[in-house]
Amino acid sequence: MSSTRNIADLNQDYRDRYGFADPEEFLLKAPKGLSHEVVEMISRYKNEPEWMNAYRHEALDIFLAKPMPRWGDSEALDSIDFEDIHYYLKSSEGAANNWDDVPENIKNTFDRLGIPEAEQKFLAGVTAQYESEVVYHSIDEDLKKQGVLFTDMDTALREHPDLVRKYWATVIPSRDNKFSALNSAVWSGGSFIYVPPHTKVEIPLQAYFRINAENMGQFERTLIIVDEGASVHYIEGCTAPVYSTNSLHSAVVELVALKGAKIRYTTIQNWSNNIYNLVTKRAHAHEDAVIEWVDGNIGSKLTMKYPAVVLLGERAHGEVLSIAYAGDDQHQDAGAKMIHAAPNTTSRIISKSISKNNGRSSYRGLVKVNRGCHGCRTNVECDALLMGDQARSDTYPTMEIGENDVRVEHEARVSKLADEQIFYLQSRGIDPDQARLMIVNGFIEPFVRELPMEYAVELNRLIELEMEGSVG
Amino acid sequence: MSTPLFRCRDLRVFIRNNEGDKEIVKGADLEIKAGEKHALMGPNGSGKSTFAAALMGDPSYRVEGEIFLQGEPIHDLEPHERARRGMFLGFQYPVAVPGVSVANFLRAALGARRGQEVPVREFRTLMMDGFAKLDVRREFAGRYLNDGFSGGEKKRLEILQMMLLKPAFALLDETDSGLDIDALKVVSEGVNQASTPDNATLLVTHYQRILDYVKPDVVHVFMDGRIVRTGGPELAGQLEDRGYDWIADEVAAGAGGRS
Repeated sequence: MSSTRNIADLNQDYRDRYGFADPEEFLLKAPKGLSHEVVEMISRYKNEPEWMNAYRHEALDIFLAKPMPRWGDSEALDSIDFEDIHYYLKSSEGAANNWDDVPENIKNTFDRLGIPEAEQKFLAGVTAQYESEVVYHSIDEDLKKQGVLFTDMDTALREHPDLVRKYWATVIPSRDNKFSALNSAVWSGGSFIYVPPHTKVEIPLQAYFRINAENMGQFERTLIIVDEGASVHYIEGCTAPVYSTNSLHSAVVELVALKGAKIRYTTIQNWSNNIYNLVTKRAHAHEDAVIEWVDGNIGSKLTMKYPAVVLLGERAHGEVLSIAYAGDDQHQDAGAKMIHAAPNTTSRIISKSISKNNGRSSYRGLVKVNRGCHGCRTNVECDALLMGDQARSDTYPTMEIGENDVRVEHEARVSKLADEQIFYLQSRGIDPDQARLMIVNGFIEPFVRELPMEYAVELNRLIELEMEGSVG
Repeated sequence: MSTPLFRCRDLRVFIRNNEGDKEIVKGADLEIKAGEKHALMGPNGSGKSTFAAALMGDPSYRVEGEIFLQGEPIHDLEPHERARRGMFLGFQYPVAVPGVSVANFLRAALGARRGQEVPVREFRTLMMDGFAKLDVRREFAGRYLNDGFSGGEKKRLEILQMMLLKPAFALLDETDSGLDIDALKVVSEGVNQASTPDNATLLVTHYQRILDYVKPDVVHVFMDGRIVRTGGPELAGQLEDRGYDWIADEVAAGAGGRS
């Protein structure tokens, strides 16, 4: 049953295929299904410290004990077969092994996005390496000089064990929810960033540039710690469709912004439509710290994701700016959480969703102001755009306000792609498809303008592909 | 006899309705020659705006009858195809399209009209030129289309579009409504400047006010879904002085037609 292969052969295979071999990283495929044996195998294979090993096993027990959430999309959640999943795969196997196995529609999308083939193969997981080492190395040198740590999570655990242990699971404990428990038990890959005090990292750090491709894995674990007065912008994902032979993606992302620190975390993900994307993202914002989640979700079968900020110190500020695009047979259940746990903290949520044909999007949000937290302000805007008569949008906002002197603004709008708008544009010679595209791109513009240029361009092109032939 | 620039014959326009379609325009005939400006005047609710929108191809209406532009039938064409052939509708209530900048929209529209992309530089020049003519600030370019615009700003933008797109036939629906006197002058000046011997304009209006600035060659009176009277510019003055009721009375008495 075990499909662990002969390591020497694999290393040879790796050398033949990719032109290099990494003595510390070899291919491994855990057998399907979830058990303490599998968890032990992952941990031992990674040669982890005892505390991490124990943490994984405990998390597995929590996962097994916790019931499936009864909200979101229970029917879809219940259909996940946890016994039919490989919980650990070297990422080059996690996706397709072979370029020929990558579905045509994904390849076509790559072509139409104008992505070079080498990069396409990387994105499809066919190669583990993307030809940006040069770029990466020059960034890497700069970062080293500044004392910034930027590695994959497994490396961080080996090379910076004390730092990792100090912050690990302090923001999202394994018992937080069923899927954070699952991630805690079987996590692999993801990014680790530490920015020392008063250091401003000028260029956005992108997982994309990392040599190790494991951040593309299914159960990645990301931890970002930004020390006092420092700042960083991290970007994960890209607009090209991420193809995976596995159907479950369950990440945990923890951010810690210490006093006066600022973190912006940008995500653009475009999952193939067989994926369950169940992600827990949360940040701690200490005194005067700023957290901004910029979160774009396209594709997947079901996405459940609610980036959260816990405002722990006075005057901390949290923001979530998100868009979700639900096409045919897709369900985007996305939103945000803001917990005001200190006085004079502020938060803002802007959530935009597009549902096309029978796509469904939901905004699910929580704003909570704890007792004793005076002078807080919060602003929530939800905007949904429906295309087609079957498209669906729901809003589930929750406000728990424990003080009187709190300013709360909430706006929710649902609009149909209006015939009057299309007619107006059409009366200027713009054909109906282009008119719809303009309206949709206009709708997401407040999100797009927050993205670095290359991502903004790619996102607009991607929406164009998604919109093709749509019936308004 | 030369072909009129624009002609519609026995045009009937229906609003789709659950209890059966409701007829709003009940058989309108209209001919406009190149180089002419016509005014279509009528009381509120007479169906003028519906008539104008239907000529542009508004899909919310069902239309019977024929429409010709420069001798070619266009009644089966979609709105964007009519626009590319030179039809233009200046809207009474232009809709907002948030997130789409005025500049991007104008460039897309101009590209569609020309059938090819407009180089950025040329476009900027044309747009800025239009802004100057209509007394609009440069910042306008970056604002979202009609989003949060004042009534006057919307109308100026409509005229700006007309000036850029250079339609063969421009329908201007209540372009004067909601304008103060300064804006009215600016907008009227734009209409006059855009007018050439090769194109034509139909001003749809309730009031005679704009006609002090834009002199029509022909005035039509539109009532209850029909053109009930056609005359020279003096007809507009009569309407201003006497209102619409006397025409309604004359029509009822069977004294319609060209005065």
